[in-house]
Amino acid sequence: MRAVQKTMNPMPLLLTAPLVLFMLAFYAVPVVSMLMRSVSDPTWTVANYAALPDDPVFLKVFWNTLVTSLIVTVGTLLMGYPVALALVRAPKWAPVILILILLPFWTSVLVRSYAWMVLLGRHGLINESLLAAGLLDRPLRILNTPLATQIAMTHILLPYMILPIANALRQIDPSLARAASGLGASPFATFRQVTLPLSMPGVAAGMLLVFVLALGFYITPAMVGGPREITLSMLISQQVDQLNWAYAATLSAVLLATALGLIAVCYRLPGIRSAFRMNAR
Amino acid sequence: MNGVQGASVALSDLEKSYGSVAAVAGVSLDIRSGEFLTLLGPSGSGKTTTLMMIAGFEMPTGGDIAIDGQSVVAMPPYRRNIGMVFQNYALFPHLTVAENIGFPLKQRGVAKDERARLVGEALELVHLPGYGGRYPRQLSGGQQQRVALARAIVFKPRLLLMDEPLGALDKQLRENLQLEMRRLHADLGITFIYVTHDQEEALTMSDRIAVMNEGLVAQIGAPEDLYDRPQSRFVASFIGESNFLPATVRGLENGVVVADCQGATIRAVCPGRPATGDKVMVTTRPERLRFADNGCDPAHNRLSVTVTEAVFAGERCRYMLQAGDGTSVVLKEPSSAAIRRRAVGERVEIAWSVADTILV
Repeated sequence: MRAVQKTMNPMPLLLTAPLVLFMLAFYAVPVVSMLMRSVSDPTWTVANYAALPDDPVFLKVFWNTLVTSLIVTVGTLLMGYPVALALVRAPKWAPVILILILLPFWTSVLVRSYAWMVLLGRHGLINESLLAAGLLDRPLRILNTPLATQIAMTHILLPYMILPIANALRQIDPSLARAASGLGASPFATFRQVTLPLSMPGVAAGMLLVFVLALGFYITPAMVGGPREITLSMLISQQVDQLNWAYAATLSAVLLATALGLIAVCYRLPGIRSAFRMNAR
Repeated sequence: MNGVQGASVALSDLEKSYGSVAAVAGVSLDIRSGEFLTLLGPSGSGKTTTLMMIAGFEMPTGGDIAIDGQSVVAMPPYRRNIGMVFQNYALFPHLTVAENIGFPLKQRGVAKDERARLVGEALELVHLPGYGGRYPRQLSGGQQQRVALARAIVFKPRLLLMDEPLGALDKQLRENLQLEMRRLHADLGITFIYVTHDQEEALTMSDRIAVMNEGLVAQIGAPEDLYDRPQSRFVASFIGESNFLPATVRGLENGVVVADCQGATIRAVCPGRPATGDKVMVTTRPERLRFADNGCDPAHNRLSVTVTEAVFAGERCRYMLQAGDGTSVVLKEPSSAAIRRRAVGERVEIAWSVADTILV
């Protein structure tokens, strides 16, 4: 006989109360009041949103942001998947690989963006090396271009791609690869038909994380991307500087809605939740 | 699915060491075409490692594996064309039952229509017609194991390896599937190599059993051979229940070994010819002993013992007896209301035939 416990223990909820109150006061209230501004400035109106489809600056910047996020997502996927595979397949090296992934991950984004400025600059390490090797006559212009933003963001966001994929790969029963091999599948066929499809929840989770984080990236594009090819977060910052509160609030709402929409869609994908679940080893 | 001839497998001095630990320490076996051979042994005896080497998942550190006379040691598993059933089924969770069974056919470039036909046939064979569209997680453990079996034979391999395939199932289901596997073996005519630690399973299903212990084959033979004529104390105690009584060989008498045991004279037929003075163990099976006063052949071996425990277990009674030197002997007697039950403390004489006496 099993007793069914129907009453909930209120204790766990109480334990989270200090944090919940803090988040309400210093996060939820400001966000909501900022979002309200987009429909209440100058008076109650939806005009701020209605104007966006005809706003060339917004359209260009929004498009730019989506393209940059997509490139970064694809870049991190192409570079991150093999690393995740190595992390899981070479357990001897896993601690070293993990440290190499996590050390930069724990380092400030500001520091890493500065580092990329040093590397990519006109007299930076990359240009100087290529010049010294005689591969270039004149230094390449990389810093202050979209390419610089894409390179730096790909680097910074790589761990968000690697860790969920590695987590998904680790959850695959190793006897499946054996079974496939025993049934006549070559190592490549085993990867194509068994490992890759079974790791898709991790891939989806990694892509979602990277894309959503890339959408709102500010420091890196502002530092290495330069003032010409700006992203949505940079535009918001500019508008705040110019005290265009209503416009900034509207843009912020669009950014938030885009991110939340993507998360809502992806959360319906089968298996993606298991990829977010951290694996206790 | 008839008409396939089973592969013969020859293991010669097969070894596998991990560092200084030898998991398999020199196994030589000749497995005949179409045979149902079981590798039986306790965990750590090297039976699974041996199977994994035949499949190609483990690389031997010594010796050779030949299938139909051809060495396969250097061949990767996916070229060996061997069917394999794993203990945990290892079904692909992202593929349907039909796709799982069709997987080995797809790797071999079988066209889609032909694939569907063969998959249907295989599902019939394991009594799961109509289950093709389901996913493995929608099936019970027994059904999953049938799918794994279908997947392992659909491409008509000449050799099927099974690693404790029934280990995770309950007793009833296990017994059903044991019979089904025997039937499948008879129908397909291919060679089966089966790994288990369950002696009953091994005795029920196998043509021959190779009993493994500490990385070596302790004995190989038909189930009755192993049960009636174990050649070592390990085999005698691992397969079935055995009594062991220390004895000293007195000599040979018309091809029968005579030994002194607890003051009694014991006769035994022993294939190995022990020398006079050898210390041996007189080995007997509990169900082949009887109480002498129930009537027995005068040629039987006899021994005086004291009853220390009497347990009524329905179909039979189980007696714990003590010989003169304190050695315990178990006797199992079919129960009958007509037979007097023995009381604890009673002194009795037990008897058993010379043919049921083993010296190890």
